[in-house]
Amino acid sequence: MLNEIQKRILQEVADLANVPESGAVNIRSNGKKAFRRNTDNIIIESKSDKDGIDIHIKPFTKKENVHIPVVVTETDRHDVVYNDFFIGEGAEVKIVAGCGIHNCGDCDSSHDGIHTFHVGRNAKVTYVEKHYGEGEGTGKKILNPQTVLYLEEGASVTLETVQIKGVDDTKRYTKAVLGENAELVVQEKLLTHGEQYAESEMDVFLNGKDARTRVVSRSVAQDKSVQLFYPRVEGNAACFGHVACDAIIMGEAKVRAIPEITCNHVDAGLVHEAAIGKIAGEQILKLMTLGLTAEEAEEKILEGFLR
Amino acid sequence: MLQLKDLTLTVEGENGPHNILNDVSLTVEDKKFIVITGPNGGGKTTLAKVIMGLATPTAGQILWNGEDVTDLDIAQRAKKGISYGFQQPPRFKGMKVRDLLQIAAGRKLNHAEACSYLTKVGLCARDYVDRDVDTSLSGGEVKRIEIATVLAKDADLMIFDEPEAGIDLWSFAKLTETFRELHDRQEKTIIIISHQERIIKLADEIVLIAGGQIQHKGPAGDMYDKIMAQVVAGCNKLV
Repeated sequence: MLNEIQKRILQEVADLANVPESGAVNIRSNGKKAFRRNTDNIIIESKSDKDGIDIHIKPFTKKENVHIPVVVTETDRHDVVYNDFFIGEGAEVKIVAGCGIHNCGDCDSSHDGIHTFHVGRNAKVTYVEKHYGEGEGTGKKILNPQTVLYLEEGASVTLETVQIKGVDDTKRYTKAVLGENAELVVQEKLLTHGEQYAESEMDVFLNGKDARTRVVSRSVAQDKSVQLFYPRVEGNAACFGHVACDAIIMGEAKVRAIPEITCNHVDAGLVHEAAIGKIAGEQILKLMTLGLTAEEAEEKILEGFLR
Repeated sequence: MLQLKDLTLTVEGENGPHNILNDVSLTVEDKKFIVITGPNGGGKTTLAKVIMGLATPTAGQILWNGEDVTDLDIAQRAKKGISYGFQQPPRFKGMKVRDLLQIAAGRKLNHAEACSYLTKVGLCARDYVDRDVDTSLSGGEVKRIEIATVLAKDADLMIFDEPEAGIDLWSFAKLTETFRELHDRQEKTIIIISHQERIIKLADEIVLIAGGQIQHKGPAGDMYDKIMAQVVAGCNKLV
């Protein structure tokens, strides 16, 4: 079973105080299966050719949850896992992933989660992925997620990714291929501090008629941390896409945002915007007139920005 | 009671030092409704900011309920019961209207409470309470939310800087009604900077500021006609 550190991390990355009482679950701890439960509609199987799992969600499964958190608590642990999701036609599910690393040692620990989603016709998926690091050791906590999504006609995916604390180094790559009338919403939230580095690269291909995407990336870069955003959207049919990168920069941090849109069809409508700046002084002054100190005001502003 | 004593605010201009405020002294009795008016650039907003701590006077003293608050920062003054509605309030990405109202009230508000403040400023509350205070809102909407935060703060001294600016006629009627209620309840000290006749006429006293100085102060009934005569005459000083 899970120890206290593992339980705490589980709470951070999956909002689970313990193993959930219902729904499909697969908890991976230090490279091994720690717990698994299937349901009538959701079957999780270990891969036979490499490390990872296949998650099969039956067509028209409604309002079920899948929890697949990963916990790494050993220093010098380098975990690579391949998870493939097969979501049947018309299913409506919420998948909560996420990874937390507790590293008290001097060696780096890392987790590379490579997730591929095959989303069937008219299926609706919410995918939540939260990353978290902790531990006093000098070893880095490194997370490199890759998320690849194939959306069939009418499928809809909302991808919520959150990295708020403790991850020293991350390179995220997301790729999505959308069929006719499919929809992808990406909500990325990121906070880096100290000397952390975060990179987020994304390719969205709007291949089907009336496919649409909305990518919203919000980040806060504090201290001497560095962030790089490179979202690319390609419209290959009559489609719509909107990419927005918003960053608050503080201290000696550096942020680079390079949204790129490519239209290969006359009826493709794509928009991008990027804004990087410090917290507006007027915002702090306003909250101070309501009784907050400057520090409390800053905290509230960041909390809202990254909500 | 608010007492402003010999307030001066000097800035360096192209032609040397320039007084934005010049030796301003004013006493506002508790639970009075004061309107400060006057020509653009006369020092009204600066005076309001100095009272809230948003601007620092070069000389002079501010007493609030007998306590010298001149050296207190904005948050400290807010905690002592002074509040301020910005003429051009900022927007907050990701912060909801309800969040701002709760920060102002200093506690969690239930749905009905949050909505009641928005209704007072002419907003259909359920449409706004869970919206972000960002660029999806018009300037007039943000302005009314700003006024709602001051109402939610419920401070003993409420300062509003041109609350009518950017607000449509229909919402302005509701806003005037809210200010009238504040006036009639006589529970708070209200200072409003305004050029609007309907707000000016609510005042117990009108203060005319021009050229960084108080030109005149008096009961609304006497003052309003004098101000109008002065506007027609095109001069800053009352005759």
